[in-house]
Amino acid sequence: MSSASEQSRRFQAARKLAGVIGVPAVAIAAAFAAGAVFILAIGESPVSVYGRLFSGTFGNFYGLGQVLFKATPLIFTGLSVALAFKAGLFNIGAEGQLYIGTFAVAWVGFTLSGLPGVLLVPLCVLAGAAGGALWGAVPGYLKSRFGAHEVINTIMLNFVAIALTGYFVTHVYFVPETVHTQRIAAQAQIPRLEQFWPVFKGSPVNVSLFLALGIAVAVYFFLWRTRFGFELRALGLNPAAAEYGGISVGAGTVLAMTLSGALAGLVGVDFVMGYKYYYEGGFSSGLGFMGIAVALLGRNHPLGVVLAAFLFGALSYGGLVINAVVPKELVEILQGIVILVVIAGTNVFGQLAASFKRGRPG
Amino acid sequence: MDWMIVLAFISQMVRISVPYTLAAIGGTFSERGGVVNIALEGILLNGAFTCVLATHYTGNPWVGVLAAVAGGVATASVHAVVSITFKAEQIVSGLAINLLAMGATRFFLRIIFGSSSNSERIAGLPEWDVPVLGDIPVLSTIFSSPLILATIVIIFASQFVLFKTSFGLRLRSVGEHPEAADSLGVNVSRVRYAGVLLSGALAGLGGAWLAMDQHSFTDGMSSGRGYIALAAMIVGKWNPLGAAGACLMFGAAESLQMQLQGQDVPTQFIQMIPYVATVVVLAGFIGRSIPPAADGVPYEKERQ
Amino acid sequence: MSPPPKSGTDSPSIPFLKMEGISKQFALVKANDCANLDVNRGEIHALVGENGAGKSTLMRILYGLYRADSGRMYLDGDPVELRSPADAISLGIGMVHQHFMLVPPLSVTENVVLGSEPLRAGVVLDLKGAAERVKELSETFALAVDPDARVEELSVGAQQRVEIVKILFRGARLLILDEPTAVLTPQETESLFVILRRLKEQGKTIIFITHKLSEVMEISDSVTVMRHGKVVGDLKTAETNTEELATLMVGRKVLLEVEKGAPARGETVLELKDVHALGASKVPTLRGISLRVCSGEILGVAGVQGNGQTELVEVITGLRKPSSGSLRLLERDITGLSPREMLKLGVAHIPEDRLKRGLVPAFTVSENLILGSHFRPPFAGRLWLRREDIFENARSVLRRFDVRPQAPALPARSLSGGNQQKLIVGRELSRDPKLLVASQPTRGVDIGAIEFIHRNLIAQRDRGCAVLLVSADLSEILSLSDRIAVIYEGRIVGTVDSTQADEKKLGMMMMTGVLAKEDGNGAGES
Repeated sequence: MSSASEQSRRFQAARKLAGVIGVPAVAIAAAFAAGAVFILAIGESPVSVYGRLFSGTFGNFYGLGQVLFKATPLIFTGLSVALAFKAGLFNIGAEGQLYIGTFAVAWVGFTLSGLPGVLLVPLCVLAGAAGGALWGAVPGYLKSRFGAHEVINTIMLNFVAIALTGYFVTHVYFVPETVHTQRIAAQAQIPRLEQFWPVFKGSPVNVSLFLALGIAVAVYFFLWRTRFGFELRALGLNPAAAEYGGISVGAGTVLAMTLSGALAGLVGVDFVMGYKYYYEGGFSSGLGFMGIAVALLGRNHPLGVVLAAFLFGALSYGGLVINAVVPKELVEILQGIVILVVIAGTNVFGQLAASFKRGRPG
Repeated sequence: MDWMIVLAFISQMVRISVPYTLAAIGGTFSERGGVVNIALEGILLNGAFTCVLATHYTGNPWVGVLAAVAGGVATASVHAVVSITFKAEQIVSGLAINLLAMGATRFFLRIIFGSSSNSERIAGLPEWDVPVLGDIPVLSTIFSSPLILATIVIIFASQFVLFKTSFGLRLRSVGEHPEAADSLGVNVSRVRYAGVLLSGALAGLGGAWLAMDQHSFTDGMSSGRGYIALAAMIVGKWNPLGAAGACLMFGAAESLQMQLQGQDVPTQFIQMIPYVATVVVLAGFIGRSIPPAADGVPYEKERQ
Repeated sequence: MSPPPKSGTDSPSIPFLKMEGISKQFALVKANDCANLDVNRGEIHALVGENGAGKSTLMRILYGLYRADSGRMYLDGDPVELRSPADAISLGIGMVHQHFMLVPPLSVTENVVLGSEPLRAGVVLDLKGAAERVKELSETFALAVDPDARVEELSVGAQQRVEIVKILFRGARLLILDEPTAVLTPQETESLFVILRRLKEQGKTIIFITHKLSEVMEISDSVTVMRHGKVVGDLKTAETNTEELATLMVGRKVLLEVEKGAPARGETVLELKDVHALGASKVPTLRGISLRVCSGEILGVAGVQGNGQTELVEVITGLRKPSSGSLRLLERDITGLSPREMLKLGVAHIPEDRLKRGLVPAFTVSENLILGSHFRPPFAGRLWLRREDIFENARSVLRRFDVRPQAPALPARSLSGGNQQKLIVGRELSRDPKLLVASQPTRGVDIGAIEFIHRNLIAQRDRGCAVLLVSADLSEILSLSDRIAVIYEGRIVGTVDSTQADEKKLGMMMMTGVLAKEDGNGAGES
């Protein structure tokens, strides 16, 4: 009896581990292999290109700084998508949510410029979260009230958000001849890591990285240690049982989308407060969509999201490193393949595991 | 003189709505069969690119059009394999294909044309001399374009195929209730494949229009049109005619926006129209739009 | 697919359909155990049995949906082998599934032709011609089906007739109807019977699955009774009666001995007055339920499945809103409260489907043990879950209810079915509820677990809890209940004291909705 249960526990653990690490590992390997074909096709050596990619990103502190800089917003959007996923919702709207949130950060940063930094910094951060939260709550509400699918609505609201912020930055708050707003107050700007560690010199990686990591920890605690996290996870895994356990499906949907939006909105802390110091139209170009890939690869777990964000950050900076030899777009191809293999592989893996289990006696 | 402006407006509206319409009808075929197709954006892009490539190498724009269709079908087949055979998440598959298309077209743009922004100029399609219709001032530019004429034919042919043929009946049934279709001996996967590949062919043709209209490929030239097509498909309630109507409406909005450009009118609010319309229609405020019941749901045979 | 034609002679001694020694094993259960079925040409043949007796499996084998592990089938004396429904259709076998296989937004004609579309000029759907044919069939068999109507706008009864047209359109000679009356109102059932008789007159053969014996007596020519996957009776309807059939269906089950004293009945805990509610498919399923459960007693609700039990339980636990009527819990109006409010008022619920409702299979055992109390002390403060208390609770519940393995961190899905059920029972009972709603509490669990669960339900009663027990297992109802209410077509048709009840009497009430005449005590409300 005990040995059987021990065995089944081990089987479970092994299966889980294989699912968590195996599929992403296979996906990454497959993507690099496919990429090698592209590299060979243009007459370059995959070994040297990948060698360059690696040494240029993780081989020196400047490269590392750039990777961390690229990873920071992806942690936010990855967490955003992952949190919604945990509640059984598909938030494709991180892109729009981060536009609204980022604009809100800048707006507070230059409008309330009279406030001292100790007030203004947290206010800016809150504004980012609130802007994103608002934009996330809308599709959440539409789903719980009208049953309108969040996928289509979040896609549509992305474009509305881009147009809306575009309007602000071209008609209301803009510096003439540019597509950006005025700068935020100096006391709202947050330090870059090069100010503490000169090895990162030249890289815009800033302390919002620590906010991102802190938020990842907070998301973990929220999901697994609070009663609201418990409710969202129950909703995501089995809505009928959640309802039975006294959990409101509608309220949970709105809550999850609101929080998800808030996380995406925090991208503005990095971009506005730590990097450009102003809002700029069209700055994101797909950070929200990349968050979906990050969440998928990270298995919707905060730790996985952080790791996947580093990987995707490394790839996007790595593209620039190899650009002299191979078009940097190679990394977009790699990223696309990683996602396709992960989703196709997850299903195949699940079927394999199921047939393996069926094949066992008992 | 005013009516010349109106005609010019109509002509512009029609031209803008051509790629939307082709992609939206493509999406309709895919989703009527139960496969959500967010990959329209990537299919448009790949179609445009393969069109330019083929025209560039052969010098024959008709070969380019065929290549666009083939490129669209090839792109859609990735989506079909991932979402029908592997039963994977259809939305993510579509997004990944869009990312892939973006990267791959840029990659080859640089390799083949040595530019990160645009290809060399290609020959366009010849203009046709259509009797009567071709004599209308301004609008004659519409009726002289083979692709516009093809689009008009496609709109009505699609409506016919979807509602008057056995393929259309089977497609609608596998998108609504695959178990029922299966119980009557309809091969659900095969019909779904057909729907998705057809969407690839149509959206690929939409890509050909983009390339021919501009006589070149430019980086990211689909610029969100696939998503607008998705919106039109929903506003058009998953009907080819409805989708075409929605596309004309969106085309009119965009045309208006172009007329107003530079006049210090916030065009962004006109830009929002397709998206807001979709949200409103989905919520059921104005004539609710209900997707096929099994849209986005992989079909698992329940057999023991 | 079809066999080489042998003798085409139509000897009356050869049954039209013969199924011989059919066995089918699923993962855990033997659904069919050497079952035989003979159906004569042109008769209406009823196939009866309790839920899980193996009727549907046998019919799915006949329709090519499942393949039998062993056994043979003959049609007109010729051996046949069915690999798919397409094979069955080509042999003239058609089936009306319990859940209709209709595409709601399509028209009747479109639904009928799907899969075998008539074409004009090789491509164009000949809907006009098909509509004519539908009309013709509709008139021949008195089906009253409008070929141009959209299926989603039709009543359930009309949809069922579309299914029949669908089969006839494909030239069916043998029609299988899987519990066709389960979804029908009594009036619709009557008109279905008219159609069935008409079909019979026209030479069609019909297999009619049901568990309502009054229908068997009314419509069928012969009847086959199944129990536990075996055929236990094969009779001419004219030569039998409902008592005999009920006995055959239910069998002489050994009553599980449960030790219990007399109930110490106290105040009224739950009272339902004329409660109506819609079912899953928006049809009225509860049609005026009134009942009362007191503290210290177990009220058993007996009935054939699908008579409103699921909806009754959902209404009481807040999962379904009643459309009219009132519910009171300890003198408080609780009509329309949310599940959480019900939980807070002390209503515990052992749901009928543990994997669908009762558990989050991917959650750990200890997480599952707080589902429903996760929002309040001792398991949670305003924000944080209290991990120590949750863990302690898990350890104590696992020990107290003997759930194995005693591992709070294991995902619930890795437990066996019996242990999952004990987990749910443990969770619900450890709430110390005022009202316990137990729905099929021992379905699919082994004898040991059944005994254990029964003892615990009695213990709840003895500590003063009001227990509402809903079970499809009559022996369970009889051995545990203090009073027994019989539910039939969404109403309580009678309540009897369990000391005066026996299987035969209850079986009759369950299957006919009529209380046996000699016992007038407490029809309707008790």
